[in-house]
Order: sequence, then C-alpha cells, then structure tokens
Amino acid sequence: MLLAWYLLVAIMITGYVVLDGFDLGAGILHLFIARTDEERQMVIRTIGPVWDGNEVWLLAGGGTLYFAFPLLYASGFSGFYLPLMIVLWLLILRGIGVELRMHLDSPVWRGLFDGSFAFASLLLALFFGAALGNVLRGVPLGKDEYFFLPLWTNWRVGPEPGILDWYTVLSGAVALCALGLHGAYYVALKTSGDINARAKQAARRLWPTVVALTGASLAATLYIRPDLLDNYKRLPVLYVIPAVVAAALFNMWRADAKGHERAAFLSSCAYLIFMLVGAAAGVYPNLLTSTTDPALNITVYNAHSGSYALSTGLIWWTLGMAIAVGYFVFVYRMFRGKVTTTSRHGY
Amino acid sequence: MDDALMMHRLHFAFTITFHYLFPQLTMGLAPLIVLLKTMYLRTNNHLYNRAARFWAKVFGISFLMGVVTGIPMEFQFGTNWARFARLTGGVIGQPLVMEGVFSFFLESAFLGLFLFGEKRLSKIGHWWAGFAVFMGSWLSGFFIVVTDAWMQHPVAFQRGADGSFQVTSFWGLLLNPWALIQYSHNMCGALITGTFVMAAVGAYYLLEDKFIEEGRAFLRVAVTVGVIACIVQIFPTGDLHGKMVGVYQPVALAAMEGLFKTQTGAPMVILGQPDAESERIDNPMMANKVLSYLLYGKTTATVKGLNEFPKEDWPTNIPLVFYTYHVMAGLGTIFVAVMAVSAFLLWRGVLYKSRWMLWIILCCLPFPHIANTAGWITAETGRQPWIVYGLMRTAVGYSKDVHAGNSLFTLIGFMGLYTILAILFLFLVYRVIAHGPLEETGAEVDSGTPITIA
Repeated sequence: MLLAWYLLVAIMITGYVVLDGFDLGAGILHLFIARTDEERQMVIRTIGPVWDGNEVWLLAGGGTLYFAFPLLYASGFSGFYLPLMIVLWLLILRGIGVELRMHLDSPVWRGLFDGSFAFASLLLALFFGAALGNVLRGVPLGKDEYFFLPLWTNWRVGPEPGILDWYTVLSGAVALCALGLHGAYYVALKTSGDINARAKQAARRLWPTVVALTGASLAATLYIRPDLLDNYKRLPVLYVIPAVVAAALFNMWRADAKGHERAAFLSSCAYLIFMLVGAAAGVYPNLLTSTTDPALNITVYNAHSGSYALSTGLIWWTLGMAIAVGYFVFVYRMFRGKVTTTSRHGY
Repeated sequence: MDDALMMHRLHFAFTITFHYLFPQLTMGLAPLIVLLKTMYLRTNNHLYNRAARFWAKVFGISFLMGVVTGIPMEFQFGTNWARFARLTGGVIGQPLVMEGVFSFFLESAFLGLFLFGEKRLSKIGHWWAGFAVFMGSWLSGFFIVVTDAWMQHPVAFQRGADGSFQVTSFWGLLLNPWALIQYSHNMCGALITGTFVMAAVGAYYLLEDKFIEEGRAFLRVAVTVGVIACIVQIFPTGDLHGKMVGVYQPVALAAMEGLFKTQTGAPMVILGQPDAESERIDNPMMANKVLSYLLYGKTTATVKGLNEFPKEDWPTNIPLVFYTYHVMAGLGTIFVAVMAVSAFLLWRGVLYKSRWMLWIILCCLPFPHIANTAGWITAETGRQPWIVYGLMRTAVGYSKDVHAGNSLFTLIGFMGLYTILAILFLFLVYRVIAHGPLEETGAEVDSGTPITIA
C-alpha cells in the first residue's frame, strides 16, 4: 500500500508537470514567438481555459503528499522554505498575467501582464527543475528529520549545499528547456500561421539543447548519486525507462520534421513522464535522502500516515480522481482544435 | 511569546485574512447567480440572464484572486507549520486533498464552460454549468471548515506512538458536529456578503439613475434572499455556534464576552474595553442577565468566567477576541435591521423610490466582509493557545528551522504583492460596475479564452 501511495504522489506530480508544463512552456516562449497584440492574445488563448485546472494538479498533488507522507511534507516544505515562497509569488504573477491581460485594453498594461506572465513562467520552470535536483541530490537532514537550506552557498555539491549549486542549476536548465520545448509543440498544435511557424522554429532550436542537457544531467546525476542505479540493477526491466526517454526524444524530432504536430506534442509528454518515472524508480523507497547520514533518510516506511487513513484513502481518492479525469477529457474535447483569430476581445 | 512563533502566526493570519475576502464573495454570489439563471429559465425574461452574466464577471475576477491567494494557504501548513503538519497529516490531510480532488477540479472545469459556453451549450446545459461551479465552491468551503473544525474540536482520531494524530473514521471526521454548525454559520455569512454586494450595486444604479431595470432586479433578488440569510445567521446558526463554544471552549467564550469572573445571572457586555492586566472591563455598557439567558435559557444560570481556568490556557489576546466578536455580533444585528426594513419597503412596493434606504444599503457595502473577517478572527484567536484544541499548543506547531527573519521576509513579500492584487481587484471590479449589465451577445465560444474574461 505504501508503494501504491508513492505511485499516486508520483502520478500527481507527473500530471502537474505534463499539464502545467505546457502552460509554463507557452509562457517561456510567449515574448519570443508572439510579436503583435493579436499574436500574444492567441498564445494566451491556447492555454486560457485550461491553465487553472492544470494548476489544481499541483495543489491536489501537494495535498496528497501531505495526507500520505506528512513527515516528508513537513520536512521538505519547511526546508525548502525560501524557494517555495518564491514559487508561490511566481504562481500569483503567472495567474494574473494570463487572466488580466484582456481586461484592460491598453498597450502599457498588456505589456506589464505579458512581461509578468513570461518572467514568472521562466523562473517557475527553473525553480521546479532545481527542486527536483535538490531531491535527487539529497539535503542535510538533521537528527530531528528537519533541515533548512539557504538559496545558495558555495555552488558546490558538498557538505554544505544550497538550493542552488551547479547540479541543481543544471536540473533547472533541463526543466527550462524541456518545458520550453513542450510549450512550443503545444502552441504549434493549437495555432496556425505565423505563430505556428515560429513555435516550430523555436522547437527546432531547443531540441538539440534538450538532448544535450538530458545527457549531461543523466551523467551528472549518476556522478553525484551512483546509488540511484541500485534499483535498476536489482530490477533490470527498469532500463526500459531510459530507452523510452531516448525514443521519445527521437520521435519528437521525427514527428516535427514530418509535420505531425500531435505526435510531436505527445512524444514530449512521454519524454517528461518517463524522465520523472526514471527518477522516481531510482529514488524509491527514499523520499528525501540525507547527505549527512543515510540512516536519517526520509523513506516511505517512516513518513507515512496511519493504515486506516491510507486504505480508506485509496477508495475515495481513486473515485475522486476518476471523476476529475472525466472533467479534463470533457473540457479538452470542448476546447479542442486550433484557436482562431476571429474573436471578440475583452468586453 | 517568542519572535518566530509570532511571525509565523502573523504570516498565516495575514495571508488567510486577505484570501478569505474573495471566497466569501464567490461563495455568496454563486447561489445568487444560479437563482438568476433559474429565474431566466422559468420566466424566459432576458433581464435575469443579463443580470446573471453581469454577476458572473464579478465572480470571475473574485475567483481568480481567490485561486492565486489560496495556493499559499495549503503550502503554509508545510512551510511555516511543519511540526503541526507532521503530526496531523493523517487527519486533516484528508479534507485538504478532498478539496482539491472533489471541488477544485470541478470548479476549474466548469467555470470556463459557464463563462463562455453559453452559445455552445443549451439553456439547461448552461444552467448546469453554473450549478456545478456553485457546488464546487460550496464543497470547497465545506472541506476547509472540516479542517478548521477538527482543530477546534478534534474528533475521530487516535494518537500514534510518536504523538501523531491518525484518523479512525472517515465519516466521523467529515460529519464532525462542530463542522456542521460552523459550516452553516459560515456559508450563511458568505451569502450575506453576496446579497449585500448585489443589493449595494443595485442601489448604486438606482441612485445614479442608470440601468434601472437591472438595479431593481438586483435589489429584488438580493433583499429577498438577504433578509432570510441575515435572520438564519443569528438564529439558529449563530445561536447554536455560540452554545457549542460555551460547551467545548468555555474559556474562549469567557474571553469573547469579556467575563473575567464567574457570575450567576451574567450580563452581556455590549461595549467596553477589556483590561486583561487588571482583569476587568473598562467603560462597560451592559445588559443585565442577558448572557445567562442566551446561553442557558435562564436568567439565573451561572456562566464560567476566565478565573475558572489556568492562565496558560487563556486565549493569548483577550481584547482581540472580545472586539472581533463584538464587531461581528454588532454588525450581524445591524444587517438584520437593514435587510428587514428593505424587505418591508420592497413588499410595500416603495423600496426603489426610497432614496434614504438606497443610501443605507449602498453604505453597508463593506461591512459584511468586515463581519465575516471578524468572526473568523474570533474563532481562531479564541482557539489559542491551542493549534489542536486541548491537545497540541500553537507554540510547538511552527517550523522551528524557519527562523523569524525568514518568516518576516516572506510576510513582507506577501504584503507587497497582495497590495497590488487588492488595487487590481478594486480597479477591475469598479470597471465592470461602471460598464454595467449591458445587453451583449454573450461571450463568443471558441477554443480558448482565459477563464475570467466574460
């Protein structure tokens, strides 16, 4: 059952990255691929009706983590206090950037909202990547299972880590480029004309970077945490995961070259999913690794809630998420197809 | 009280107080919008559809503010209150996830459809989209009240060896009697906010002599619903809530009433300033024996004063508990009077012409927000010094690795950011009101428009 909850938390986080990932990606590219007011409006309209629902995955994922593994939630959230607060501010800026732009028909206001949308999306992607990097690298958990990390120390992976060091910055860069690429394929899928062309051009430029960074981060991860391969050695079938990641990367490029927009976007989804699955498979059963003493690791075995909560939780959680997925299918069908330019603006 | 504890308390207090300004409006407006849509379905009068569309715009902006300021609330359980989160995740993690899974997904999916789906959906279909948004917002309120009610009155749990709390009954937690009473009182309060805002905009239009037909419709609907909500807020929900506090948190009740010494035939203090140092009320204005009667139905009943309880169990800020309670109760009483007179004038058919009454309604605009906020401050500061009532003190709940300086840093950040949000909100809502409920062809449905643009 602990494995089940580990998987559910992983599914929620993966769902968030894949879904809100393209919102963030669209934000990262916003200022580069959309030049005029109409074009920027088009980009916003590709994510307009769905971004809020996508963000709910983060909330529901955080809640699921709190419910199933309260020790991890408490230790991790307080230890990553400063970056999480910055993430909260950025989420606010992103939300108002997306939503309020069309309320005001003024180039200055719109510039402000466009800027806040792009700036927040870019930094959010960086921070989410760095957060994952921190989890993979480990943190200096104390005897009471708590820690507190400054934003940076000496930028080295050592006994006194900060949130940002060369390794986590590399993770942030992977996330930034991968989500940018994800967003480019999404925008291409949802638009036509100039924006579609520019999105594809951005994707073609980003793709080699993503390939290079993926390889570099894999090497760096195995360099600082060779033990992440233990699960893979024990269960060699897991090596399918990196193979799928490579295949997805290859297929993105192939599908894009052939003009298959949907296949390129879906390959990008697969890439993100299997990158995270690969990390989750390596980390298990640890949730947060201690850099000081492996005995202090927070694992699924010492962090979980009571068995009554978890067993009844499986019932209502599955039911609730099944309904929620139903809404998503319904909404995405309702707003399917490419956005068009003929639309009223504001009110 | 040490610095870090104070900072973390202020951090949560500030962010939750600001946040709740928006959900109380959206939860209050949602059923009114559904009511307007229902009236449109039944009468086929476009006036009601126009009115519903207008309020949906206000709802959308308020909803956005509620969403962006709501995310920090869930995060803060972990970031600022780690030791509390660690011990209680096995209980209140449940309603918090349920809120995300059962209500946020529902709301986010149907709000877009409600605001833009009018052309694409049938009339009935559009009504259902509005109803789904209403359900989502009220369910969300329920799960949050369940969370708070468990902290006020913990039920359905057992303690683990490490001191953690573990839920023992799924339904026992959701149907906590405290939660049911608190929820009815709270939702009624939200409805009061919604009706007063709607009535005030209606009064504003009539006083300005524009959008007459719509202004009258706003007043008609808001006053009719509002008079019921205002009465139910005091009796039975407020009455039951007060009695429940008297039974389970007598020390909080004594602080609310400023009752320092146990008294038989206790008076109700209407005005005064509690002096916690010398344990008396300065400049009291009292109604003799009323408190005993309200609590126990007898003028001679004995009410326990603060002196019955050890000082370390007293609410940490007695004057604040006293003032906020009195602000809430005083305003609640005034609301009944305002709505009752308005309803009488409406019934006599003269409300729309009674400019003095329209002025009063307009001036009442900010007060339901203040009353709701004051009520929540009473509940939460009255709960002190406990974070889980009677079982876990607030002083051992905060994240001790997050120091006062870090907490102050982010508190200042939130203050700055929320100031900007407040200005934007007022500016945008003012524009919607100035623009008015014009006949529009409904938002065009297309493959994408942000959720709040209508």
